[in-house]
Amino acid sequence: MMKLEVTSHDTVSIVTAPGPRIDAAAAIRFKEAMRAATSDGPDHVVLDLSQVRFVDSSGLGAIVAAMKQMGAGRRLDLAGLAPDVAKVFRLTRMDTVFVIHEDAEASLRRAAG
Amino acid sequence: MAKAFHRRIAADGMAVRALLDEMRDWLSQVGLDDASCGKIEIALAEALNNVVEHAYAGTPGAIRMEMTHTEGDLQVTLRDKGAALPRLRPPAGHPPALHDERDALPEGGFGWFLIRNLTRGLHYAHDAGENRLTLVFDLEHRTDPAP
Repeated sequence: MMKLEVTSHDTVSIVTAPGPRIDAAAAIRFKEAMRAATSDGPDHVVLDLSQVRFVDSSGLGAIVAAMKQMGAGRRLDLAGLAPDVAKVFRLTRMDTVFVIHEDAEASLRRAAG
Repeated sequence: MAKAFHRRIAADGMAVRALLDEMRDWLSQVGLDDASCGKIEIALAEALNNVVEHAYAGTPGAIRMEMTHTEGDLQVTLRDKGAALPRLRPPAGHPPALHDERDALPEGGFGWFLIRNLTRGLHYAHDAGENRLTLVFDLEHRTDPAP
């Protein structure tokens, strides 16, 4: 079972994905780990991808699935996208679906208003 | 002068990962910049995953990769003995539409779109029980500014 590190702040929790890849070999485990990591806690979750250098279309699908399984009224943002990861989100236009922060700290500053 | 990288792997996710890591190191050593290495790795990850998941449908098999680098051009041929592509040709690769509604967002179907977007050309043949898929990549000369 993949274990994701979760740090909860007041209104936001940061879930850190282990690297270096979220790919076909890891997609199902990642989705299950995200379900466990986000089953409770704040409505607003930021997935910190700063340790991930590569996401393929299966990994992208797992991230989308992770957002869907959080349910209505909750929000999954992304942070710390490496260049090759950002490229996949850009080409598939999934960068228009998620709010993408430069890094986890930036997402906390924004959440604090 | 052409440089070559040839490997044969088992068709499973972990072997694909190891191959992509090795291939990326080789591309970097022959002088490709990170952006070029990245686009090649993305396209090949998709093509290799297709072989594992569809050509072999999760059953054991082997995949051969033959990569040739010349000035401004990189060609990669993947060979496997799995099932042929439907209609014996690579799909057009139209990307799934993104919907406003979260629940309707696609979770897959981007593979061929990414492959076609990142390559200059694609050639496929099924012959004597073997699939042969060749991906052709444009390489920027190192003197060009990064995009």
